[in-house]
Amino acid sequence: MTTMPTAADLLPLLPELVLVGGAFALLMLDLFLDESRRIVTHVLAIALLLVAGWLAFSGVGGQGTVLGGMFVRDAMGDVLKGGACLLTALALVYAWPFLRQRGLYKGEIAVLMLFAVAGMMLLISAGSLVMVYLGLEMLALCSYALVAIDRDNGLASEAAMKYFVLGSLSSGMLLYGLSLLYGATGTLDLAQLRSAIAASQETGLLLTGTVFAVAGIAFKFGAAPFHMWVPDTYQGAPTPITLFLGSAPELGSFALAFRLLESGVGPLDERWRLLMAGLAVASLVIGNLVALMQTNLKRMLAYSAISHIGFLFLGFAGGGAQGYAAAMFYVLSYALMSAAAFGSIIVLSNQGFEADRIDDFKGLNARSPWLAGLVLCIMASLAGVPPFLGFWAKLAVLRAAVQGDMLWLAIVGIVAAVIGAFYYLRVIKVMYFDEAPADAPAPRDNRPLRIAFAVNALALLVLGIFWNPIMAWCQQAFGA
Amino acid sequence: MSPEPLHSSMPLLSLLVWLPILGGALCLLVGNSRPQAARWLALLVALVALVLSIPLFTAFDMANPGMQFVEQHAWIPTYAIQYHLGADGISVALIALTTLTTVLVLIGAWGSVSERVAQYYAAFLFLEGLMIGVFCAMDAMLFYVFFEGMLIPMFLIIGVWGGPRRIYASIKFFLYTFLGSVFMLVGLVWLYLQGGSWQLADMYALPLSMPAQTWLFFAFLIAFAVKVPMFPVHTWLPDAHVEAPTGGSVILAAIMLKIGGYGFLRFSLPIVPDASQAYAWVVIALSLIAVVYIGLVALVQDDMKKLIAYSSISHMGFVTLGTFIAFALVRDFGNLDAARLGLQGAMVQMISHGFVSGAMFSCVGVVYDRMHTRMIKDYGGVANVMPWFAFFMVLFAMANSGLPGTSGFVGEFMVILASFQDHPLLAFTAATTLITGAAYTLWLTKRVIWGDITNPHVAEMQDIDFREWIVLGVFAAGVLLIGLWPKPLTDLMEPSIAQLASQLAATKL
Repeated sequence: MTTMPTAADLLPLLPELVLVGGAFALLMLDLFLDESRRIVTHVLAIALLLVAGWLAFSGVGGQGTVLGGMFVRDAMGDVLKGGACLLTALALVYAWPFLRQRGLYKGEIAVLMLFAVAGMMLLISAGSLVMVYLGLEMLALCSYALVAIDRDNGLASEAAMKYFVLGSLSSGMLLYGLSLLYGATGTLDLAQLRSAIAASQETGLLLTGTVFAVAGIAFKFGAAPFHMWVPDTYQGAPTPITLFLGSAPELGSFALAFRLLESGVGPLDERWRLLMAGLAVASLVIGNLVALMQTNLKRMLAYSAISHIGFLFLGFAGGGAQGYAAAMFYVLSYALMSAAAFGSIIVLSNQGFEADRIDDFKGLNARSPWLAGLVLCIMASLAGVPPFLGFWAKLAVLRAAVQGDMLWLAIVGIVAAVIGAFYYLRVIKVMYFDEAPADAPAPRDNRPLRIAFAVNALALLVLGIFWNPIMAWCQQAFGA
Repeated sequence: MSPEPLHSSMPLLSLLVWLPILGGALCLLVGNSRPQAARWLALLVALVALVLSIPLFTAFDMANPGMQFVEQHAWIPTYAIQYHLGADGISVALIALTTLTTVLVLIGAWGSVSERVAQYYAAFLFLEGLMIGVFCAMDAMLFYVFFEGMLIPMFLIIGVWGGPRRIYASIKFFLYTFLGSVFMLVGLVWLYLQGGSWQLADMYALPLSMPAQTWLFFAFLIAFAVKVPMFPVHTWLPDAHVEAPTGGSVILAAIMLKIGGYGFLRFSLPIVPDASQAYAWVVIALSLIAVVYIGLVALVQDDMKKLIAYSSISHMGFVTLGTFIAFALVRDFGNLDAARLGLQGAMVQMISHGFVSGAMFSCVGVVYDRMHTRMIKDYGGVANVMPWFAFFMVLFAMANSGLPGTSGFVGEFMVILASFQDHPLLAFTAATTLITGAAYTLWLTKRVIWGDITNPHVAEMQDIDFREWIVLGVFAAGVLLIGLWPKPLTDLMEPSIAQLASQLAATKL
């Protein structure tokens, strides 16, 4: 393990290496660009993400376990990495006009996001407990800084503070759990950990470690009852940052859960599946019920995120290859929906107008039928109405729960979906049934933003009809 | 033993599903700023769909009880979901009802809808495509997609163009029907995991234990009972009907309610026959309550639309009664002929109610456009100023009360005959509708049509114009045609119903 890595060892890391190398280059380049030419950084960052995403997705560099088992490149990782890069590129497109107008688009925004993605990619490919933690912290540190980017705004600073304190707490819990697992088995390598657990008779220490690890995972996902940071952070952060946090990092969280729970403590799955089921119920109930009462759209979407994590956990609770495939399908679909939902706030916002209250969407249909139609697609998809993508994601996790002999959990899930439908309908209601206020500002007219938003929202409909390839990737990733 | 399905050379059913949906999208592109263009475009699309439904009859093989015009393609191989359409006699009748009613609704809205016209017409075209999809989907998941997809356009129709309490009504409508159908979704997922297929035909063949059938039966019951709607989950309907614009009420009553009855025939009966037999009494009891109690509730309404809405629930009670009395007949007496009569009666009642309720709501729409009130007390003596209108309204009222010679009589009579063979008391209870139905409808006409004009605004009303004449005239023709000569309709459906009835006797245990 102490030998120098060879070129063959590094080849599977090609996407990460390109991304990190490019990010350093951009960091340097940005120093020499003045404010008016910042667009260069922006465009190059997007291009870099697309290249890295393509390298990962198309499998350039080959699969395999390298660096002494620290780094695993597999089919699941390639899809997730491609998705994370693409979603982050999308987030950057959304971010530009909004942050620009508020004077917040520093070169660091793009670079921080690039490093956050690098962290996600390492986490996705983690082969040992150390790599899990390193990737996670790299992602988390960049996220804290991104939330705090609007440092003169009290709400944003509060959000960043809460995010940082609770995030550190969760990292501590996760680390504690990992140390217990290490103590019980004497290995940091996930594959060795798995076989050690399978052979082990002792369960007390392992279970304690697993519980802490699950708590850490739930914290990072924002699953109830570890969801306290989500509403404040989502509401306080500048909307494009919320959009970023609510989409790509969810893919990282999924990988975190899969690597730790299945690749690591897989043999204990009968126990942790019940834990995940409990977290799912708590998230579904709390997320949906509290979302009903929100008047701020960002806060409502934050609680909606909690409930969606509950649905995602149905896939883990169901377990098995189909269950993980369902959860992965869910996380990909949800990240896309979440990006579109926050994207709608950005499209409607303007100088001095955040458009983050539900009432700000009043009468949108009269002002712009096209935008109202797109938001309708997004809300219907979040609510899980066929044929939108969100429905199929729910179908997949319901199937996983039923298949995993958790019919009761599936029933909790569908009842929660009906409750949840109400608050999404309320957004549709204010757009279509209510009169527009006389002083409503015009939606933002930025062509790349408009195009990205339209593509993002319509993708929910188009992929809702042709979702077979995505599900095929997910099933292949787990050999289902 | 079902014969080989007939594969068609032209994807007729696909055209019928997707043409209106594409037409709706085009309508949206035309935009609200060009209302006249949107109207003509929508009407054209609906007329083409109507014309396209004619080959369904001409090319239909009456001797074949199985699915015809079949189209089967892989859609989502990873989940074994197929794009599988097909139509038997039952589907063809309901598809034709859908295309015809949509055309009438679009003509009916010509003058009365002036706000957001393109979106209004587009919503109805979307609905048309989705409803046709429901009637010909042979894959359970495809069925569910169409079934749920309808909610959004209907939600918008009620909420955007509806009456004063439209928001309450639209959200109630959505959540009620959504709640009903999600239980079915879990049931379907469970069935899929048992048999590995979403195809209805495979689900029919899948053996199921009694506890499993019981759970599935109630999951289906909730989904379809809400749609029909059956007592006690009917409360969304009066709200939705009253607040919806005329076209929305017509489509709701004429077609969407039929989807509940259709669901019972396609899902409950063949998939869970044993549980359906064991719990037929539940549905029969609820149907009788609907027929008698809801009929009495209709009697005391002072809002015309509400009265017709309650009368719809009461009449739909005959559909569920006819469907499930068939089980009791097979179980108690092995009487397949009477069971067929019950099923046939239920189907005729569905089609007939489509015409009658659609016509009644259109009539209310006609006077509402002139007076902007639905209250019975605001009218009186309408016949003095609107003789043509009075003629049509009285005709539909007669059909609604089940007068022989109109379509309302045929289905009800068949169902009553079938229930008599099970128990005379059942038939007697159901037959009370001939009294209550006549009472509330005739009393309605007495207060609205006859008598002296008491409200000066009524005196200023113009009789129906050509456009309204066409709408009511076509409805009247349908009502009389089925009433006087139901044979073509029953012949069309007979082979499929005979096959359904034979499945009643089969057990899957």
